Amino acid sequence: MAILKDKKVVIIGDRDGIPGPAIAACVESAGGEVVFSSTECFV
Amino acid sequence: MNAVIKGASYILAHVPGMVIHNGSTQITERIVNPESEYLKQLPEHLRSYTQAVEYWPNQVYIGNKTPGELAEVEFPYYDKPLAGADRYGKFGEIMPEEEFLLLMQCADVFDVLLLEKGFVAAHKDALAADPIITEDIVARIKEGADQADIERFVNEEHAEGLYAGGKLVGCVKRAHDIDVNLNAEVMHENLVNKASNTLALLYAVRNAGIEKDDVEYVIDCSEEACGDMNQRGGGNFAKAAAEIAGLSHATGSDTRGFCAGPSHAVVEAAALVKAGAYKTVAVTGGGCTAKLGMNGKDHVKKGLPALEDCLGGFCVILSANDGVSPEVNLDILGRHTVGTGSAPQNVIGSLVADPLERNGLKITDIDKYSPEMQNPDITKPAGAGDVPQANYKMIAALAVKRGELEKKDLATFASKHGLVGFAPTQGHIPSGVPYIGFAREDIMAGRIKNAMIIGKGSLFLGRMTNLFDGVSFVIQANTAGDSEEGGVSESKVRSMIADAMKEFAAVLMAKE
Repeated sequence: MAILKDKKVVIIGDRDGIPGPAIAACVESAGGEVVFSSTECFV
Repeated sequence: MNAVIKGASYILAHVPGMVIHNGSTQITERIVNPESEYLKQLPEHLRSYTQAVEYWPNQVYIGNKTPGELAEVEFPYYDKPLAGADRYGKFGEIMPEEEFLLLMQCADVFDVLLLEKGFVAAHKDALAADPIITEDIVARIKEGADQADIERFVNEEHAEGLYAGGKLVGCVKRAHDIDVNLNAEVMHENLVNKASNTLALLYAVRNAGIEKDDVEYVIDCSEEACGDMNQRGGGNFAKAAAEIAGLSHATGSDTRGFCAGPSHAVVEAAALVKAGAYKTVAVTGGGCTAKLGMNGKDHVKKGLPALEDCLGGFCVILSANDGVSPEVNLDILGRHTVGTGSAPQNVIGSLVADPLERNGLKITDIDKYSPEMQNPDITKPAGAGDVPQANYKMIAALAVKRGELEKKDLATFASKHGLVGFAPTQGHIPSGVPYIGFAREDIMAGRIKNAMIIGKGSLFLGRMTNLFDGVSFVIQANTAGDSEEGGVSESKVRSMIADAMKEFAAVLMAKE
């Protein structure tokens, strides 16, 4: 998890996979900074 | 008593001309990169009508093959044609572009759609020969316009061209000089939806074995919006399509929820029937031009055919319980609420585990799950993966987490409780509902006892909320014969009468 510590993170989530807010919660708990988060529909 | 699934229809229209001219990916490319290699190469990747008919997933969609049979076909599917496949299936048909343009003309009641005279004359008989197309629809076919007029409307009056075989054969005019909600592009999109909706309604009435006049209410659950500048999205596609389909006794309204619209609509229809408001309700969805060739860039780049060349449509007829047909159990409704959150376990929990738990059921108690049924032949080359499989993995993982499935059975959950994707990527069309026709048959044949239909919607695309949406419901074998809900079975009535007579006799004996 140290790989995300103090890193700026851009998130593109997948509606039928892992959505943006869920990834954002993981990133923040690992010490990363979310600068952009979006969930996209690929179908 | 619960409403029953009386019948369902699934139709396709093969429209390669619209892939080029009306798909949003291609429209965007023409604006931002008009000289792109993609636009030059795309026409060479379009399939012929025969190729579209012989495409395995299309044959499953219209009911000539089953999802189980498709699962036995080696992936990918695009290079395994089903030679000699039929245009017509038990659920519907695959209509060629020429006939579909004529059906659009029939659906146009404001004379905004023009077809060239010679084109009409050349293809009128073909549409009339379609067994589902009634005489009153054929009577709506107009003689047609001069080619010069069509070219003038396209070149000078902002009309949207209609193409067949690469040639301009007609146009859709704008319905207002200023209002963007009635411009030619929107009118074209809406007439496509209305025509495909009409075709789906016609087949659904036939498949349900009912009369047109039996349908009392129609709910359209597409993703288009018809209206004008004062009420964009005012509706009502449902009633408009019902008029062309000849459902004279029906009224209707539209329900929207992105791709989750169909599942919301089926729940609403089942509730309307169960409440007694209407005896028979049709839930219908038409095709979407914008999504034609949506993943075309990846398909062309990888040397594949442009597989998103068909409009899709479907219709499900729900009616008062007939004691035979599978029913929609309104006690088991999954709902993604405002407060559910977006974590995968929360999403699947709200749609699958929670409604089952509320009814004392486990995830493994449902025989078949039908979530997003997108055809992986289309989505995998585009990097979107196998969407049905992704959903099954999450349902299975949640079942393991809840102690309802052994970890060793994770890998086989999808083949046992799932289906392979076979629906076109037409947004709302693949969302749960493609299996309802097969589910009805599988339940009535005793192959399965129930199925859960799961619809999901990407509400965030409308930029009004970041929320996702989802709704699910369960179809089960008819319980009218053994249920006391809303009434009693014949055997129960006999038993009650017998008890009453015994009591009466006992009273008489006591008096003596």
